[in-house]
Amino acid sequence: MSSDALAIETAGAAGKPWVETLHEWVTTVDHKRLGILYIVYALVFLLIGGIEATIMRIQLIRPHNDFVSPQVFNRMFTMHGTTMIFFVVMPVLFGFANYLVPLMIGARDMAFPRLNAFGFWLTAFGGLLLNLSFVSGSGLYGAGTAPDVGWWAYAPLTAHAFSPGHSSDYWTIALLVSGFGSIATGINIIATVLSLRCPGMKLSRMPLLAWMNMVMAGLVLITLTPLSAAQIMLLVDRYLGGHFFDTQAGGSAAIWMHFFWIFGHPEVYILVIPAFAFVSEIVPVFSRKPIFGYPVMVAATVCIGFISMSVWAHHMFSIGMNSKANTFFVLTTAAIAVPTGIKIFNWLGTMWGGKIIFKTPMLFCIGFLFQFLFAGLTGIMLGSAPFDWQLTGSYFVVAHFHYVIVGGILFALFAAFYYWYPKITGRMLSESLGKLHFWLMIIGFHLTFDVMHIPGILGMPRRIYTYEPGRGWDTLNLIVTLGTFIQGIAVLIFVVNLIFSYFKGRLAGNDPWDAWTLEWAVSSPPPVYNFAVIPTVESRRPLWDLKHPEDPDSRYE
Amino acid sequence: MSAITTPIVPTPAGWSLPYKGKVGMACLIIAESSIFTIFVVAYLFYLGKSLSGPTPREVLETPIFFTICLLSSSVTIHFASRSLEHGKRGAFLGLWLLTIVLGGLFLFGTGQEWHRLIYEHGLTISTNLFGTTYYSLVGLHGTHVIVGLILLTIVLLFGLAGRVGPEQSARVGVLSMYWHFVDAVWVVVFTVVYILGR
Amino acid sequence: MGTDWLVVTSRAACAIIFLIGIFLAARLCGAQSSTPNPVPNIFEPHSTPADSIDELSRFVLIITAVIFLVVFSLLAFAVVKFGKRASDNDREPPQVYGSNQIELAWTVIPILIVVILFLASARVIHGIQDAPKPSTAIDVTAIGHQFWWEFRYPGLGVVTANELHIPVSETARPTPTFLKLLSADTDHSFWVPQLAGKTDLIPNRVNNMWLDPHRTGIFLGQCAQYCGTQHAKMLLLVSVDSREDFEAWVRAQRQPANHDEKENAGRRVFETTACINCHAIGGTAANGRFGPDLTHLMSRRTIASGAAENTTENLRLWIQKPDALKPGSLMPAMQLTDNDLDALVWYLETLK
Repeated sequence: MSSDALAIETAGAAGKPWVETLHEWVTTVDHKRLGILYIVYALVFLLIGGIEATIMRIQLIRPHNDFVSPQVFNRMFTMHGTTMIFFVVMPVLFGFANYLVPLMIGARDMAFPRLNAFGFWLTAFGGLLLNLSFVSGSGLYGAGTAPDVGWWAYAPLTAHAFSPGHSSDYWTIALLVSGFGSIATGINIIATVLSLRCPGMKLSRMPLLAWMNMVMAGLVLITLTPLSAAQIMLLVDRYLGGHFFDTQAGGSAAIWMHFFWIFGHPEVYILVIPAFAFVSEIVPVFSRKPIFGYPVMVAATVCIGFISMSVWAHHMFSIGMNSKANTFFVLTTAAIAVPTGIKIFNWLGTMWGGKIIFKTPMLFCIGFLFQFLFAGLTGIMLGSAPFDWQLTGSYFVVAHFHYVIVGGILFALFAAFYYWYPKITGRMLSESLGKLHFWLMIIGFHLTFDVMHIPGILGMPRRIYTYEPGRGWDTLNLIVTLGTFIQGIAVLIFVVNLIFSYFKGRLAGNDPWDAWTLEWAVSSPPPVYNFAVIPTVESRRPLWDLKHPEDPDSRYE
Repeated sequence: MSAITTPIVPTPAGWSLPYKGKVGMACLIIAESSIFTIFVVAYLFYLGKSLSGPTPREVLETPIFFTICLLSSSVTIHFASRSLEHGKRGAFLGLWLLTIVLGGLFLFGTGQEWHRLIYEHGLTISTNLFGTTYYSLVGLHGTHVIVGLILLTIVLLFGLAGRVGPEQSARVGVLSMYWHFVDAVWVVVFTVVYILGR
Repeated sequence: MGTDWLVVTSRAACAIIFLIGIFLAARLCGAQSSTPNPVPNIFEPHSTPADSIDELSRFVLIITAVIFLVVFSLLAFAVVKFGKRASDNDREPPQVYGSNQIELAWTVIPILIVVILFLASARVIHGIQDAPKPSTAIDVTAIGHQFWWEFRYPGLGVVTANELHIPVSETARPTPTFLKLLSADTDHSFWVPQLAGKTDLIPNRVNNMWLDPHRTGIFLGQCAQYCGTQHAKMLLLVSVDSREDFEAWVRAQRQPANHDEKENAGRRVFETTACINCHAIGGTAANGRFGPDLTHLMSRRTIASGAAENTTENLRLWIQKPDALKPGSLMPAMQLTDNDLDALVWYLETLK
């Protein structure tokens, strides 16, 4: 049995036949291996989701284009959204959480290792089921019977009358299954953080990554389940003759929207809070200072978690709610800007007065800070209901949320990859390829998503497979599409870096970044048992205390 | 960077963390509560909105006896757990069995009521909004009762085989938490369907 | 060292490009010209709801721009000033853990900004949604279909499709148009950016909105809530007419179909094939409601809800092979012989 979590042995001379290695990976319950499985799975689906996006952008490169039919286009935007959210971003974040949380709190594994594996495989099969829809029905180029109802699957578009066949069912069941996997992960993270911390690690000494993943897990438990409930109701409608969303029988289309967005808004915080966690771990190390305002960061994250459950109907400002309801949701939406802004200021405060090292993880974090700031501000615009009555349902919203997810979350994820890859594999990623990746992403991202705000302002709705010429949208769409190709190249360079560095990267050692949390105390990759002896900690930065015994953090906390 | 080894420091006195089983079950209960809340909201929202067909007032009969059965089963499982903690295996098994019987009676009562509603009043899940929301909500709860009974029976079988003792009382306590949750949900469902909804 | 300058410069460049873009977009196509502006720009409003939104939006934009510039500058300054220099020794910088006063400051100021934004928005929400309906208002019921718009004027006895005619509303004697929004099938959304924010059409639900355009002209929009395959081609054209023109239009629309009584082969084709199942023509036996009312088909510039210009060739094509113009629309291919098709199109072109 190998003592390295990631050692992949070849058959023959090294001894183990590949079948046995495969069997080990498929039956693993080790949090590190499951973390890697989640991450690799997500990367594969990132490429698939990226192809779906590229197909859409080629279709929209000029008006009245016929690169794909309207039916295929509609399947593309549905699958792109669903895949990216549920089978790329969520799995990759769960992967990092699984890998890092036990190490950072001084534990040997997650609280429920078998539940962990169960959760992964549910998610994995959900994604496979969803993509199986491409090869059913009219086959891949007609995009099979992939769902085409948008990733929100609004009723009554999903009723049998408007979605005959099984395309909606692929969406419903794939997400129901992977949703249960996510709930399993949520349970595991919370139980791990509450029950398995090493001695001395009070909650107030826990790394922010552990705190933030705990808040994320709480949100998963409370808000992923409304989507599951709505999906069960949809299945009752479609297969048992129920009327939950049957407007002909007096049912309400709006209630689907409420249930969906009660899930859907907190979902985006489930996506972004772990990204905050990465930034909160990386920026201090590369600024050579502790995080500014640790207690405030914790409080702000918890506040964001709570407030996020009260803002959902800002996605529904145009559906005709009365003025009092609209006003309420404007208030809660504006309120959530306060703790979010506080976090940006705290990251700024961390950098201030530091000695910033501009290695690739930090470059991506700096990108995150500027871009997340901008995205938050367009969010404030959208939070003002009357302004939203113009902007919602248009390309302005599409630009806004891609700014958050790509400019914010994906950049933070890239930072996390460059920072923790050495720990996971024992080798450094190439810094020059990393910088090339970063600059290409900057160029491509801004070309696409800065410009994309403008067609929205000029009246271009979203989810349209083509558009009329002469409305001022033509050149803008062309530029947006060009940026997509540049981003694609950037991501491919990243993937090349991941693969190349695995074999040829510089050996990392335990602690290549001179960092301060527990995962850097063990070898790279860590042994399967993580810690030979479970450590006892006395401050938030146990390795700082060891490296600076004359000036330990414990004196100041 | 030189390797840092974590020093061997004595464990601080009194370092104890909650039992992970209880934390995990509490999390599951939170998640399940969220699902039930959505079904309850749908039920309440659609009250009075059916375009046709039987109304709650016309067809529902308050299941008092079977509710008492289910709620008593919470009492019996509580004492069963306590007996197990104190090593009284006989009392544990007896009370545990009684819990299962009471739960089974509740399920029987639900089945009986559904039979009456379907065959005497023609109310099915597809009849109208009331039918859809009623069967979904009560059915979702019933499904959780069935799962609970299966788990309880597995523990009973292990218990009869002599493998359940005080060392397992923490795990049995976790299952008992689940059962209490199922009963608490019934209190809510009962209030919403049979009291508020008529 | 070079990296941090590059980071900041590229950020600044992007910010400047974007801000320029916003202003350009806001000024695209001269707002003063008399020819209709084909660009449905939300910052070129011509109706009170759109005006209020525009005013609020500029206020919000200014506030967010100031926040952006301040925080951007601080971030840029930090990146440039606090980079580790090659000449630095290996000592760590002062380890600062936080500051309660600073945290308080940057909590209180955002809260104040939030309150201001909230109050400003609340005022506009109330002003638009709770506006009373004057007795001089024109009532229109808009019914969304997959993939076309049905417009009924209950007070005026007019039924038409896809192209909405409303009168200009003068300040002296306001005649706003109040729309009741319904849906026959799935969710849709009525969005004509220069006249108002969008409001959805949702089945089994009645929504309301109003417009009071200040100038005549053609204003473009389209459905803004994904409603199925041809959501992209559910276009909207609003023709704001002078009072006289509007009244003339209403008079013409109220007439039954304009055709003479002598034998008409095309009319016979219409009435004996499946056309009458879906379409209505006033004054004839055809009163189907699934598709648009065709009584005054030729008074419209486009067919298929904006998918094509209203020409003879397009009419032929639309009837024979709708998928050529709007694949996935619910208009069936009518499988007519060439003779029947000619007669039918000739008949339809008499429906002025």
